[in-house]
Amino acid sequence: MEILAVFTPLLGFLLAFLFGKQMGDRGAQFVTCAGMSVAAFVSVVLFFDVVFDSDPRTIQLATWMTAGDFSVNWALRVDQLAAVMICVVNIVSACVHFYSIGYMAHDSCRARFMSYLSLFTFAMLMLVTSDNLLQLFFGWEGVGVASYLLIGFWNHKHSANAAAVKAFIVNRMGDFGLALGVMSAFVIFGSVQFDAMFEKAPELAEVNFMFMGHSVHALTLICLLLFIGACGKSAQLGLHTWLPDAMEGPTPVSALIHAATMVTAGVFLVARMSPVFEYAPFALEVVTVVGALTAFVAATIGLTQFDIKRVIAYSTMSQLGYMFFALGVSAYGAAIFHLMTHAFFKALLFLGAGSVIHAMSDEQDMRNMGGIWKLIPTTYVLMWIGSLALAGIPFFAGYYSKDIILESAFAAHSGAGEFAYWMGIAAALMTAFYSWRLIFMTFHGAPRADEHVMAHVHESPPVMISSLIILATGAIFAGALFYEPFVAGDTGGHEGLQIISHEIEIEREVEAPVVEEEHEENIWNRFGFWGESLKVLPEHDTLAAAHHVPEWVKLLPTFMGVLGIFLAWVLYIKRAGVATRIAAVAGPLHRLFFHKWYFDELYETLFVRNAWRIGRAFSLKGDKQIIDGYGPDGIAAWSQRVASGIGRLQTGCLYHYAFAMVAGLFGIVTWFFLRAGF
Amino acid sequence: MIGFPILSLMTFLPLVGALFIFSIRGDAALVARNARFSALYASGFTFLLSLFALSRFNKAEAEFQFVEKTDWFPALGISYHLGVDGISIFFIVLSAFLTPLCILASWESIKDRVKEYMIAFLVLETFMIGTFCALDTVLFYVFFEGVLIPMFIIIGVWGGPRRVYSAFKFFLYTLFGSVLMLLALLTLYFKAGTTDIAVLLENPVARDLQMWLWLAFFASFAVKMPMWPVHTWLPDAHVEAPTAGSVILAGVLLKMGGYGFLRFSLPMLPEASAYFAGMVYWLSIIAIIYTSLVALVQDDMKKLIAYSSVAHMGFVTLGIFTATAQGVQGGVFQMISHGIISGALFLCVGVVYDRLHTRDIGRYGGLVKNMPKYATVFMIFMLGSVGLPGTSGFVGEFLSLLGAFKVNALYAALSTTGIVLGAAYMLVLYRRVVFGPQDNGDAAAMPDIGMREAAIFAPLVLLVLVLGVFPNYVMDRVSPSAERMLALYNKANGIAAVEPAAGDDEGGIFP
Repeated sequence: MEILAVFTPLLGFLLAFLFGKQMGDRGAQFVTCAGMSVAAFVSVVLFFDVVFDSDPRTIQLATWMTAGDFSVNWALRVDQLAAVMICVVNIVSACVHFYSIGYMAHDSCRARFMSYLSLFTFAMLMLVTSDNLLQLFFGWEGVGVASYLLIGFWNHKHSANAAAVKAFIVNRMGDFGLALGVMSAFVIFGSVQFDAMFEKAPELAEVNFMFMGHSVHALTLICLLLFIGACGKSAQLGLHTWLPDAMEGPTPVSALIHAATMVTAGVFLVARMSPVFEYAPFALEVVTVVGALTAFVAATIGLTQFDIKRVIAYSTMSQLGYMFFALGVSAYGAAIFHLMTHAFFKALLFLGAGSVIHAMSDEQDMRNMGGIWKLIPTTYVLMWIGSLALAGIPFFAGYYSKDIILESAFAAHSGAGEFAYWMGIAAALMTAFYSWRLIFMTFHGAPRADEHVMAHVHESPPVMISSLIILATGAIFAGALFYEPFVAGDTGGHEGLQIISHEIEIEREVEAPVVEEEHEENIWNRFGFWGESLKVLPEHDTLAAAHHVPEWVKLLPTFMGVLGIFLAWVLYIKRAGVATRIAAVAGPLHRLFFHKWYFDELYETLFVRNAWRIGRAFSLKGDKQIIDGYGPDGIAAWSQRVASGIGRLQTGCLYHYAFAMVAGLFGIVTWFFLRAGF
Repeated sequence: MIGFPILSLMTFLPLVGALFIFSIRGDAALVARNARFSALYASGFTFLLSLFALSRFNKAEAEFQFVEKTDWFPALGISYHLGVDGISIFFIVLSAFLTPLCILASWESIKDRVKEYMIAFLVLETFMIGTFCALDTVLFYVFFEGVLIPMFIIIGVWGGPRRVYSAFKFFLYTLFGSVLMLLALLTLYFKAGTTDIAVLLENPVARDLQMWLWLAFFASFAVKMPMWPVHTWLPDAHVEAPTAGSVILAGVLLKMGGYGFLRFSLPMLPEASAYFAGMVYWLSIIAIIYTSLVALVQDDMKKLIAYSSVAHMGFVTLGIFTATAQGVQGGVFQMISHGIISGALFLCVGVVYDRLHTRDIGRYGGLVKNMPKYATVFMIFMLGSVGLPGTSGFVGEFLSLLGAFKVNALYAALSTTGIVLGAAYMLVLYRRVVFGPQDNGDAAAMPDIGMREAAIFAPLVLLVLVLGVFPNYVMDRVSPSAERMLALYNKANGIAAVEPAAGDDEGGIFP
């Protein structure tokens, strides 16, 4: 069953890729969608199996590589964390597959597109089911390649190619850290297999390691290196520049890869490695601060963008920031919870945006939209649902997950945690603001597109809308439904729908009185839902503390959300035009935000141009002038000079030779005398 | 054991083929046709023999297998001694595998002097296989040097416009190293009184002498590898060589340097190897970073791939001299994988060169439209070269780096930048050639790969993927011999077994 859930997408990819021509577009769409449907169905069954029967398992498939004491297997590790991820990946991916049938209907390479989507899904599944760091790296790079292929799918466009290459290379910079992280893990733990590492982590908590001439805390080193990798894939500040550019890909790709799944790989990695991160408090602090800064900076950029997909892209980045600072304060459950709800509502938003773009004849600039809500009402409603969930308005999915993250951050009672909380609050305000800015600019006001386009505005075909409706269901209910099992501690603060978590609930009630006394021992298993897959040290248990924070802490995010919507309404509906004036008044700040804090320009001058300059210098100066100039070519020229010089010595005059002989004799005699010790 | 001398057969079968072709007379077109087929049969049968040898190779055995030994110059104690172990067997298979592919790749592109061309290739194959089989230093030297002659001719006769310059540069560069190696081999002979490699392995010479010998060997192998800064012959040689010449050059000839390090430097001169390891690390690191940056700015496809080869060989030398199980096996695997991938990449360049007769990257673009199959094949090798997990390129690279990390994290960190730069130059190359708008009419009109070309690429694609997922087929066979070599190395350096990295300069755990 595990094999079915992971390998059917691969089968779909192979069939569609190799025999795409023979089976035609219809056939390719059928095999890939059928494969994904099977995988999605099986993964739900698997989820119930693993989570509710508390039956995590690992299936060894084959040996990958052995060298000395280094040995790695291909394996499928399906524990609670992996089961959740498999479900999210397969369900969202299945929706995107079906949606693509409609969205890509006019493209000439449909078979190829569908096969890439399946390839991506397979790689992501290998990533989440890995039982060692190296297979994780395989999936990690696999999704990177699939993303490269899909961003550059319209490969006749320069911008798409540039974005694809940029995505791959920026990700590789992250992989640089990840690869070193894997190596350091092997050197320090003696294994890259998760169970072996987790077992040893507590005893290595005090160990130091020599790294580049400095003695550093071993586990912190591993965690920070892995975190660099996570930053690359999850577009955290510093390595985020590829994500907005990745919007060059077709919209279903943005939904699947750059919102719901691939970018969450970093979050998954940190959660997966929680038993190690728990012993590296400094690394956790770094994660918190980077996450908080990302959430804030991305939101500020999101305020000013005009491309509908870029706005959503920056909101993705910002939400990833939330997930990271949740991880940083040890609220791993909350991070995964937000990952899941976010997957639904962000995929919904992207696909909704895709539906708008589809309707507007491939227009993406919001300045050329407006006034279309009556023409595409279903999309409009769905976008509202997605935005409500994103802004964290009560009872939508995002409300539960975002609130618990902010509460955990506050409850951490650390400097970093508090910083993250306030950054998160600011970002929440901005999130709501730009989400409704997007809705108002896109759907309301006077139409700004030309008549030709407006005449064509049409609702998307049912195959697209039905996928959206499934996602919308998730965006509405996923939060309430899974709040209890995913994050509720021993004292449930919120009332959630408890249909699914019923069994766990009963267990918990039985255990409840004991918990206080055996706090320390029980804490590992307190979240019956996660089993052993997430590990939190007792003193880091922010999720439990999150339920005891002051009331204002809990209410503030919601208030900010509502305020943001209100502000957007004032600026873009009530007094349209004020926004431009504000932008003009706050000139430098607006420019900073609009130009994405100048990260791209900075990297361009700092790295890209210098790499080329140095490369040219090495090529022309180093190789041609110095090495060849003094090496082979130089020696060749020199020997020619010497040879012709010697040739000139052969003058043919007797007295020249006689003089040379005398001089030589004199020289030899002198040398003998000197040697004799005069 | 097999009942017949399989190594001699493999070594000299191509030579027999060459002699046969030499005897073909008659109408020019017919001679060319016969020469092609004879060469294909001879090299193809050699490949089958090598597969047979591989299937009979005992993977649990660390010692030399299929050994053949006869007196050659009994008075001097020089014998004809062949044998293979886990380190050499795959190089033999690789040589035997690439040669028929090269002959197929030259099927249509070589039109002049086909007969001589095929003879040169078969002679080259004899020397290559002989180099990896030889267990006598004199025999080894003969084969090792012999390789130069057909390669020199292939570049010098069938090469591009600057072929004479390149051929001489290649020849003199490598000869310079070889002369020093000859001195080293003679010294070894006079000191140890034997030319038998198997005996020399067990009896290391005095430490002081090791230093000189090591440097002499190093001069030869470093040029062959090539290591920075003696790499400048490689781009020129590649650029001017015909496609098949480049394939063999990158696929097999470069590996002779690495093989030499593994066969001579590390086990015979262990103390000197440990002493000079630091220098090798730094040269390797410079090679990886420097040549990757140079590759980035190239406009010539072949030059770009040539520079990438230098960077990839940097991982090999880095891994080998860590003297860790991971590093050495990673180095061997990296060489085999690079032999396949870079060979394939040169074939990819050859495909478009045959059609448009230019290597200028700017003259291509948008090939994915008119050559989709080619684009797919090229993509797989490009990703293999980038070191994507799941392709063979990853395994060797990662294990070498892992070995380096055990010795010193700094070396690993610096070398790992290679994976970023490697991605950069390969993706830029791919993007400029295969993606983008079709600006050049003649490039847009090129036909996709045909049956013959597909037949060449199919096994290469398969190998890159299969070895990436199941590298252990190779690893299992390499590891006993590698461990045996490391045991000799560690014994000489007084390092306790199992943990070779523990005592090194930096690294290791302490509370």
